[in-house]
Amino acid sequence: MYQNLSRKWLVVCWLIALVLVSPIAALVWQSFADDQAIFSHLWQTVLPDYILNSILVTFGVIVLTSLIGIPCAWIVAMYDFPMRKTFIWLLLLPLAIPSYVVAYVYTDLLECAGPIQSLMRGFLGIESGVGGCLYEIRSIGSAILILSLVLFPYTYLLARAAFMEQSASLIKSARVMGCNSWQSFYRVSLPLARPAIVIGITLVAMETLADFAVVKYFAVSTLTTAVYDTWLGYGDLTAAARISSLMLVFIFILIAIEKLGHQKRKYYQKSTGQSNDARKQLSGREALIVLSFLILVFTASFLFPFLTLAKYAIEYFEQSWNNQFLEYSFNSLFVAILVSLICLFIGLLLAYFKRLSVAKSSAIPGKLSSTGYALPGTVLAIGVLVPLTLLDYKINDIFEYFELPAPGLIFSGSLFAIVFAYVVRFSAISVGAIESSLTKVSPSIDMVSATMGISPLKRMFKIHLPLVKKGLLAATTLVFIESMKELPAALLLRPFGFETLATHVYQFVSDEQLELAALSAIVIVFVGLIPVILLNRFLEQGR
Amino acid sequence: MKNILLLLCAIVTLPAFSSESVNIYSYRQAYLIEPVVERFTKDTGIKVNVLFAKKGLAERLQREGKHTKADLVLTTDISRLMELTDRKLTQGLDNKVINSNIPAHLRDPDNQWFALTTRVRNVYASKERIGKIDIRYEDLADEKFRGKICTRSGKHPYTIALVSSMISHHGLESAKTWLEGVKANLARKPQGNDRAQVKAINEGLCDVSLGNSYYFGKMLSDKKQKTWADSVHILFPNQKDRGAHINVSGMALTKHAPNKAAAIKLMEYLSSDSAQQIYAEVNMEYPVKSSVKQAPLVASWGQFKSDQLAMDKIATNRQQAIKLIDEVKFDL
Repeated sequence: MYQNLSRKWLVVCWLIALVLVSPIAALVWQSFADDQAIFSHLWQTVLPDYILNSILVTFGVIVLTSLIGIPCAWIVAMYDFPMRKTFIWLLLLPLAIPSYVVAYVYTDLLECAGPIQSLMRGFLGIESGVGGCLYEIRSIGSAILILSLVLFPYTYLLARAAFMEQSASLIKSARVMGCNSWQSFYRVSLPLARPAIVIGITLVAMETLADFAVVKYFAVSTLTTAVYDTWLGYGDLTAAARISSLMLVFIFILIAIEKLGHQKRKYYQKSTGQSNDARKQLSGREALIVLSFLILVFTASFLFPFLTLAKYAIEYFEQSWNNQFLEYSFNSLFVAILVSLICLFIGLLLAYFKRLSVAKSSAIPGKLSSTGYALPGTVLAIGVLVPLTLLDYKINDIFEYFELPAPGLIFSGSLFAIVFAYVVRFSAISVGAIESSLTKVSPSIDMVSATMGISPLKRMFKIHLPLVKKGLLAATTLVFIESMKELPAALLLRPFGFETLATHVYQFVSDEQLELAALSAIVIVFVGLIPVILLNRFLEQGR
Repeated sequence: MKNILLLLCAIVTLPAFSSESVNIYSYRQAYLIEPVVERFTKDTGIKVNVLFAKKGLAERLQREGKHTKADLVLTTDISRLMELTDRKLTQGLDNKVINSNIPAHLRDPDNQWFALTTRVRNVYASKERIGKIDIRYEDLADEKFRGKICTRSGKHPYTIALVSSMISHHGLESAKTWLEGVKANLARKPQGNDRAQVKAINEGLCDVSLGNSYYFGKMLSDKKQKTWADSVHILFPNQKDRGAHINVSGMALTKHAPNKAAAIKLMEYLSSDSAQQIYAEVNMEYPVKSSVKQAPLVASWGQFKSDQLAMDKIATNRQQAIKLIDEVKFDL
């Protein structure tokens, strides 16, 4: 499988990785400056609590998303039951709702002063008033639950693609050899799907670590809180950068632990995929149980928040209708499409480089360019400003040298900054998803094509792409939806006069005025949904 | 080479040659500024672009340096104004119109920043369980309020400013004792915004909360939130001694403002009767220009004595305040 690639591959891949990592490098560099003992002050006061909270939340979300995502994926990939095809894409819809919206909706419903607790107090005859709170909604547990409801589709999507790409003959063999459903899942399918699931979990973990909106809403202080406090409160970017670097270390440890676990094992398969006859028909009672589970997941993660939004949108329609929705939608779409194409390209390039290159270091460009995902968005945005303004200043210097009028901030002051920030942030998704798809393709295919003298580039397009096109599509869709929802980088980096749906929504959400934001949030959901549905049409083709 | 650069330059700078405009970096939501800005554009024909973000605008301005497109920064509290000044991102402006509109204690001695409105950090108290009482911020640490106080996060600029003013008045040690007392009195972990605390009082979860005054007006004009507001009195603290703690929203001219002339026109306008009136009526804030009347609703809450502590003092003690808040683990 390995061979000496031409120099061009090496140079291009490393160059891309270095460009993508430059904002993070700028932050790490910043973290070595003098911070006037703020870091040590934090260390002595609140930081240990924050770290513990971060670990608890991340761990909790990993467990819960796996418990929701993997069974859902397994069920729709392996069994036949009524409405199966519908649920395949229904379970992706939660991706389209911004997490802070879900958090808001549930808090409103479940908090001490909310309708459910008031009702329960009335029912139980408990005095409202001091101590009348039955449970505290703004807590770590709720943060874990809400983040899991929003993030489980990652694990679901990647695991499902993996289960579906699994060769039907393997499952049949397992059955023939006397494995029951559970055993064929646990002993055959799960190990095969492991790379994909791990990627899903890593993405979930990184997203959780970088989350600020949800944990803040639930009054849980995490490392992200510390980053913002130090930076905005103490006005000290150095201490903030130091804590961000700590978060990166956290991520590397996570990845390393996983690597240790399956270093030696490698699974490949012939990519014939699951054919219909292998899918087991569920009996009436089994189908009922399975359906109830799926309906519960779908209602909690999408239907209920969405209906609440719709209700707000209708009630506050007049105050929230805006003539510029079309423009905002176009802006969001434009950026999201551009970013997903660039990420697709980068993901392909880096994942292939890792696969084809003989050098041991070939995995590094992919890893480097994935680090941006774990950083809180606003911090990353500041990181992006550093190299871009440096570049802009150099360009202006050249103009000045030729005695021309200065062109101003070509990169940092234009859409380029947003697109760049998104690519830095989301290339982790495409690199990860494409790598995991590729791991399933047997290296013998590469060997055969190499002996036939097919060039790496040609091999990529003619042989690999058709085999992993589902993985590619999944990767691109994830990036697209994330870009539609992305807020912090867009907020800080956009040029004057450029609003996206997300930045428009944020004006109201930042003041906890979801009622006024509901209409635009719904537009985000719809514009984000269309590709989800298209994706599934494609995934399901010929099935 | 030169020709190519010239062409590039023409393309990049093309939009800048269109009609006169002012660019604003705003820490305050764009939709809240819109009514004022629209009026200005109508009167002068100068287009105003508002870019809203809650975090990082100062960093962006600093990194952009002399090439920034931003002319003006709007903030919602004094600390952000001082941060801009301390980082040397602003320029002084000695303007007769503005100086006559905004009283001296509400602008920077070097005219680097100007307050546009003041807001008071008041106490909301349950009508049923507390009633109209005389209250001091100091009382919030008193044992009689054990388990009865609701507040938003200690890390919010409004809370930090209040703690900072306590440090100015009582010194670090007493301020710490006070803050520990308040924390011990909390009914629940600090969470939500100022309105959420009033909602909690309405539900009976706590009896008193801290909040900014204009939220009272906003809640009263919202169909759902009116019930919350109806359940509380708005109390102005420390009326028998130093007066209630106030903060300001304000503006500053950026150091490298590319549209300086237009920006100054806008600044003059923002301090004028017309703009101050809109601020007072739409946002229910207290105008800085003394000749401008308060909104009838706001006036109905009564007049109050405000703390005369210099604004820059609040910003100076900010770091100490945050350290205190971390030390007593206020949010944890």
